[in-house]
Amino acid sequence: MNYRNISLFAAMAALMIITGFIQSWSVAFALLNLCLISSIMALGVNIQWGYAGLFSVGTMGFVALGGVAAAITSMPPVRESWPMGGLGVIAALVIAVATILLAIRLWKRMPSGRKRNISMIAVLVGGFILFRAVFDPSVELIESINAASAGHIGGLGLPITVSWLVGGMLAAGAAWVIGKISLGLRSDYLAIATLGIAEIIIAVIKNEDWLTRGVKNINGIPRPVAYEVDLQVDPQFIGWVDWLGLDLIEASSLYVKISYAILFVIVLAIIMWMSEKALRSPWGRMMRAIRDNEEAAEAMGKDVTKRRLQVFILGSAVCGIAGAMLTSMDGLLTPGTYQPLRFTFLIWVMVIVGGSGNNWGSVLGGFLIWFLYVEVEPIGNNVLAFLTSGMADDSWLKAHLIDSTAHMRLITMGAILLFVLRFYPKGLIPEKAG
Amino acid sequence: MVDFLNALVALANYVLIPAISYGSQLALGALGITLIYGILRFSNFAHGDTMAFGGMTVVLTTWWLQSMGVSIAPLPTALLAIPVGIVATALLLLGTDRGIYKFYRKQKAAPIILVMASLGVMFIMNGLVRFIIGPNDQTFADGARFIFTAGDFKRVTGLAEGLALRGSQVITVVTTIILVAAMFWFLNKTRTGKSMRAFSDNEDLALLSGINPERVVTIVWILVAVLTTVGGTLYGLDKSYKPLIFFQLLLPMFASAIVGGFGNPLGAIAGGFVIAFSEVSVTYAFKKVVTYVVPESWAPDHLVQLLSTDYKFAVSFGILILVLLFRPTGIFKGQSV
Repeated sequence: MNYRNISLFAAMAALMIITGFIQSWSVAFALLNLCLISSIMALGVNIQWGYAGLFSVGTMGFVALGGVAAAITSMPPVRESWPMGGLGVIAALVIAVATILLAIRLWKRMPSGRKRNISMIAVLVGGFILFRAVFDPSVELIESINAASAGHIGGLGLPITVSWLVGGMLAAGAAWVIGKISLGLRSDYLAIATLGIAEIIIAVIKNEDWLTRGVKNINGIPRPVAYEVDLQVDPQFIGWVDWLGLDLIEASSLYVKISYAILFVIVLAIIMWMSEKALRSPWGRMMRAIRDNEEAAEAMGKDVTKRRLQVFILGSAVCGIAGAMLTSMDGLLTPGTYQPLRFTFLIWVMVIVGGSGNNWGSVLGGFLIWFLYVEVEPIGNNVLAFLTSGMADDSWLKAHLIDSTAHMRLITMGAILLFVLRFYPKGLIPEKAG
Repeated sequence: MVDFLNALVALANYVLIPAISYGSQLALGALGITLIYGILRFSNFAHGDTMAFGGMTVVLTTWWLQSMGVSIAPLPTALLAIPVGIVATALLLLGTDRGIYKFYRKQKAAPIILVMASLGVMFIMNGLVRFIIGPNDQTFADGARFIFTAGDFKRVTGLAEGLALRGSQVITVVTTIILVAAMFWFLNKTRTGKSMRAFSDNEDLALLSGINPERVVTIVWILVAVLTTVGGTLYGLDKSYKPLIFFQLLLPMFASAIVGGFGNPLGAIAGGFVIAFSEVSVTYAFKKVVTYVVPESWAPDHLVQLLSTDYKFAVSFGILILVLLFRPTGIFKGQSV
């Protein structure tokens, strides 16, 4: 830690405090919470790109899987769905996995030729038909139960903080499968493959209503912190608020946001500590060796493919944890809101602006870019209001410009990315040599 | 026999015709991606948004022409606006090349840095298009909507199944054929085209034989402007113009380019049709067609749909993965830089 970095973080804190004074403390803490989650996502991407040089643009998929984990771990189970269709769905999924494993085995064991191709296709087609035969009726049964409020298998009813871990594990499991398929590809192909996989994960979450209710959303996901309405009737809390002389409603919302912030800081601190340890260990040096010179690392006897898979899984798990945290803070799972611009490419901007390869840089990038992403809109509104103040109030151009400020944020993000890439390719806090 | 004809007509109406026009649109996009990859050697993530930009300039020009009372009915006015869109898009692309990509090219930066720069360009173009025209659906199609409708077809042939042919579908296919033919003539027969292919095959050798790389790069961007503007306009005419759609087309377009063989123009076109046909046929419910063909007692009582339509991106992606695993250079041999 040197003075330059400390002053960068201090400047970031000052920006947050200014927001608190100018807008409101509620806005500032809401911003802080999303900044914390963003920096965890940025840490995850930094593990993949900064440590090992993997250009994976599937972040959105892992974040969404984390969100699913939050819903299916913590929601109360829909008991009547299990005897009706739950077992059928599980049986169908077992059939699907068995089919794929059998096909892979055939491919590896049989000598290449027409016989192998035909038997593999036969296994896959037969497995698919069997899968659909078991799967479709079970899904129909589950979705028919209380379609307005449930219509899905529900969750396990575990505490929501457990789901953060589950989110990490679910993302890690998916990353293992994805990594097995796509990590052998060249960098450009890996990017396109991961982009596609993320889209597929979102498509599944949007359409498999039996699991996630699809675009009908799951709401009322339990919270790890108190509810505002409970606080507002809690005599002890009312007593504190009176003593401090605050507004009750404002104070309750602030209390909730601060509780989230404390939880998130704890998670961020744990992940940060582990990342720093890993980066400074022999393992971290090996990763950088693989990133900077693959052939040399291989010649030293390092198993490049295995290490890449490992680092890909770790980074994805961190993104999954962040995704579960995000969903538990929102209290609802909305599959329709997962957009690659927001959940993949914006995170990449954070990592590059912050300084790829440096964990502190990623955290700073997560804070700064999320802050700008949110604040560009009000700032843009003010700027455009100033620029158009000379125009007549009924001018269509003025109305159009003011309506369009929402789209300013994408242009700003792109400009920041290009600027940093061109003039500060190492980012705000560059990676330490050695 | 009549049943068989009915099945054929239903298949043509719901699978063949939509897949051919969608395939043409994908092919134009994939051709642009593959040209950039072949000459500039990076995957351009801003390609979808370039299409959105080209489409937008055409939409705006069309509106202006329509307000002036210009019309070439039964053809859509948008065809007249395409040249304006091409010029605007070419200027934008050359501007981004001079301002952004050239620096990295001179540095001989790793391709991945160029990809990241293209992410920045993607953000800016996406924001710019939404800033100018807004995020919503825009209609700009005019002229004759149908060549013949399903009703006309039923009346003339007496079949139970109808076949509709929209004007935009014919325009898409005809324009694509003309454009692709012109493109191949240019690449194979002209001196400039040959120098481009030489540059793509072996950069050092091309430089030695006196080919000016900057000129080649300029021409690539102009060709890309033509392809993206026409592609964006055709997609907009055929379906509807919505900025975000083009970002979502990025994945099928990449898949087309890679499936055909990255860097190979012929492959990009083949790939576009492979992807389009699989997307449409895997997500189409074949119940109707099957019911016509098989004996009555065999008629299926479910949809005979392999995957729901929401999974169409998964289809293009699945094919992409299969090709990458089993034939990494694509159907036609592409570059493996």
